[in-house]
Amino acid sequence: MRLRYLLPAAALVGLVVLFAAGLHHDPHEVPSPLIGKPAPAFSLGLLGEPAKRYTADDLKGRPVLVNFFASWCAACEVEQDYLMQLAAQGVEIVGVDYKDSDEDASRWLARHGNPYRSVITDPQGAAGLDWGVYGAPETFVLNAAGTIVYKQIGPLDDAVWRTRIAPLMERGS
Amino acid sequence: MSVGLRRGLRLLLAMLLLAPAVVRAQDRAPPPDPAHLTADEQQRYDSLIHELRCLVCQNETIGDSQAPLAADLRNQVHAQLAAGRSDVEIKRYLTDRYGDFVLYRPPFKAKTWLLWAGPFLVLLIALVVALRYARARRHHETPVLVDNEALLRLIGSERQSESEDRPQGPPA
Amino acid sequence: MIPELGHFALIAALFVAVLQALVPAYGVWRRDRRLMAVASSSAQTQFLLILFAYGCLTWAFVTRDWSVAYVAANSEASLPLMYRLTAVWGAHEGSMLLWMLMLTGWSAAVSVFNRRLPVDLTATALAVLGALAVGFLLFILLTSNPFTLNFPVPDNGRDLNPLLQDPGFVIHPPMLYMGYVGFSVAFAFAIAALISGRLDAAWARWTRPWTTTAWLFLTIGITLGSWWAYNELGWGGWWFWDPVENASFMPWLVGTALIHSLAVTEKRGQLKAWTVLLAILAFALSLLGTFLVRSGILVSVHAFATDPARGIFILTFLAIVLGIAFTLYAWRAPKFVSEADFELFSREGLLLLNNVFLVSAAAAVLLGTLYPLVIEALDLGKVSVGPPYFNSIFLPLTIPLAVLIGFASAVGWKRARAADVFKRLRVPAAIAVLAGCTLPWLLGHRTLLAAIGGGALAVWVIVSSLHEIVRRVRAKRDRLAGITQIPRAVWGMTLAHCGLGVWVLGITFTSLYSIEQNVRLGPGESATLAGYTFALKGVEPRQGPNYRADHGDVEVEYQGRVIAQLAPEKRLYDASGQIMTESAVDHTPLRDLYVALGEPIDRNNANGDWAVRLYYKPMMRLVWGGGVLMALGGLLAATDRRYRLARAAERAALSSEVAA
Repeated sequence: MRLRYLLPAAALVGLVVLFAAGLHHDPHEVPSPLIGKPAPAFSLGLLGEPAKRYTADDLKGRPVLVNFFASWCAACEVEQDYLMQLAAQGVEIVGVDYKDSDEDASRWLARHGNPYRSVITDPQGAAGLDWGVYGAPETFVLNAAGTIVYKQIGPLDDAVWRTRIAPLMERGS
Repeated sequence: MSVGLRRGLRLLLAMLLLAPAVVRAQDRAPPPDPAHLTADEQQRYDSLIHELRCLVCQNETIGDSQAPLAADLRNQVHAQLAAGRSDVEIKRYLTDRYGDFVLYRPPFKAKTWLLWAGPFLVLLIALVVALRYARARRHHETPVLVDNEALLRLIGSERQSESEDRPQGPPA
Repeated sequence: MIPELGHFALIAALFVAVLQALVPAYGVWRRDRRLMAVASSSAQTQFLLILFAYGCLTWAFVTRDWSVAYVAANSEASLPLMYRLTAVWGAHEGSMLLWMLMLTGWSAAVSVFNRRLPVDLTATALAVLGALAVGFLLFILLTSNPFTLNFPVPDNGRDLNPLLQDPGFVIHPPMLYMGYVGFSVAFAFAIAALISGRLDAAWARWTRPWTTTAWLFLTIGITLGSWWAYNELGWGGWWFWDPVENASFMPWLVGTALIHSLAVTEKRGQLKAWTVLLAILAFALSLLGTFLVRSGILVSVHAFATDPARGIFILTFLAIVLGIAFTLYAWRAPKFVSEADFELFSREGLLLLNNVFLVSAAAAVLLGTLYPLVIEALDLGKVSVGPPYFNSIFLPLTIPLAVLIGFASAVGWKRARAADVFKRLRVPAAIAVLAGCTLPWLLGHRTLLAAIGGGALAVWVIVSSLHEIVRRVRAKRDRLAGITQIPRAVWGMTLAHCGLGVWVLGITFTSLYSIEQNVRLGPGESATLAGYTFALKGVEPRQGPNYRADHGDVEVEYQGRVIAQLAPEKRLYDASGQIMTESAVDHTPLRDLYVALGEPIDRNNANGDWAVRLYYKPMMRLVWGGGVLMALGGLLAATDRRYRLARAAERAALSSEVAA
């Protein structure tokens, strides 16, 4: 048996290993290049208090979750219950109302619960663009230095919290 | 929550994001007015938006997609071109936010050199193998120069088509 | 009751498939003809059982039987009958059943048409096909059963994906699957050859028409898929190098290589091991495509909804089938090495070069498709490999191929004198250069270097192919007899090569000279593109059978004359709530005018301004026309009478051998 006739079989082994590894990845998730970087700068109004400015500096000093949500986002309803629980445990969550109108957002929060310490309004999605948001909900985990340490794409749930986020929060505080 | 359910939810999310009927993003900017760009900038705009990947639609360029995010990114590219930024700067602006994933033309770097060189390496190897195969089997005796065509014409017209039909492989 | 019968037929088919895989194989080992004969009868029984199951599922769709989960998920009450019939293969489970129908159909065809092949070869090949059927049936029954019942039974279905409610989709998947699955026959013959150790001209001659037939179906399937995407996706694209498109293109490239290397194996008895490898690879890539599309491992516009269990099953199946095939290959193929003379400047030499380029092209597509996966598996982040990559890689790999075609028919088997060949090809070359230089100007486009190159290449391919026919006719005294005596296979080859030329011409012009514009149009406003004026008369609501539409009325004027009324639509499907862009196209062989409605600028006012996409695409039809010509060429080649005649002769030889 000459070796080169074994090449197809060898290639097959390589491919099968690759695919077996690939099956564990979710192809729809795009990892953020912002992980490990400081939160992008912004200066936006608050819901109900449009005159007040909230900036990236206001996120520093303690670990914070920054949650991009919107009243038009059906998946956000799915995660709202869990965010309420987290808020009740004392986790600070800052909401960014993404590409939404203030009235719709207020009504939506009244109906589904408001877990947010502050709600920043981003009606044009400008901050969303700088943060690399491509849909709602997306949640960023910031440490006390204001550095992004994790990004959750899609609804946040208990499993993600326990396995991914809680350890980071503990290290951060 | 189980992994399956989480996957399901993510799928749901993807579907929701994909279905414009459900996502009612408020901002519906009209397509950028081409008048603001010079002809050269317009051409760069056209080629740029067809090389950048729309993130929500997963497999369309921002030029082709009708998703609101794609429209935002088109506007962003447009505005930056009008502001005099170079193609490289615009691409960097996007990769800083979304990573290399937005580039349909992967940049040539350490982790992609094999992607760009691979096909030509394969071609080179295949050519070498084919040439060596042929070389090892070249005629050893002095070739008898017979003009097959002329011979066939001499033999007669009917034969030619028959020769086409006759199997020429070695017997079983 | 009917769905249960269908389910039962699938289970019965599984048992028959097990018989078909084991009994003939045992028969070949024991040299027992009676056992070998089980192959044919079980292949045919299996086909009937699957046909019955397929009929049951179709019946469930026709009668709107929402108790079947698959029917409820992919149909709804107001879905027109035609789409209820095609919804059978509209999603994963049903399309697997269609796949099985094709596989058993091919097996039954092998058992009928190859009855007089050496019995042991047919029996082995059918046993291989039976083993494949076992795998696919297990896959259907364990992970993807289309007959799973729904409790409680819903009042209505959830609707067929609106993307699939298009005439292009009615025949696209069956054609594609005929191609994919068709390569399993070449695969089975290759395995049979490896097992028996017999690989001769006769083997190649038996395999050729089967391969060509599978290839021609795949060609039609890909062409239709491209046409469908063009009409349904709403942005004028006809090929996006999407993973799913690549999944069909890779087997096509390798299948094309196989058709050509089979010619060498038949006529010259060479490249045997290589031909066998290509036969395995063509089917391997079909399986790989199935895996990529159905496992959800890659992101694509057309991927099926996914379930990890399915991915793992197909991956295991793929590993087993190909693992056995490649091991067998590594063990037996060295026997097939031929030491006969081989000259590079001869038809077989050029066909070898053809294979080099085709296989490199297929490797490039494979690399580009899988590279993001590799990067992710190595935790290096995420990259996208898209059209800009494939276009720049693909051109240098395929241009030499088009140049070679012109030589292939002019160069004889065994050896040729370069001087003769070049002399003979002077005229086609001159015509090609002349045409390349003048075509852009004749068609009223700016002259671009790329257009000259592409045009010249296309004309070269066409003229040099036709030139060979002319030469053959001229060689006879009686011209008419000369034409009628050209074997059908030669006509087929010529037609397919001309198809490639037409295709190159279409691609060159449509990619270089297309113009697109996104405009904002209100009722009564117009925009001008490439000299054509598109006036939006208005947008009005329309009620379709199962959707509501904003129906646009666009009038196209050229040089002061109205030349077309186009009706692009934006549809909202009732049951699923999905929005679809239905583009409208006016076409002549030389250009397409394509209009698609974007969004209303003011969401709540469909009577106001709209974002409208306008495209002018020259020679778009030639891209698909070329595909159709290639498929027709394949049809002519596959039905050449010499296959039947040669077979009759072999049969006679065989029976005398048996008698002796």
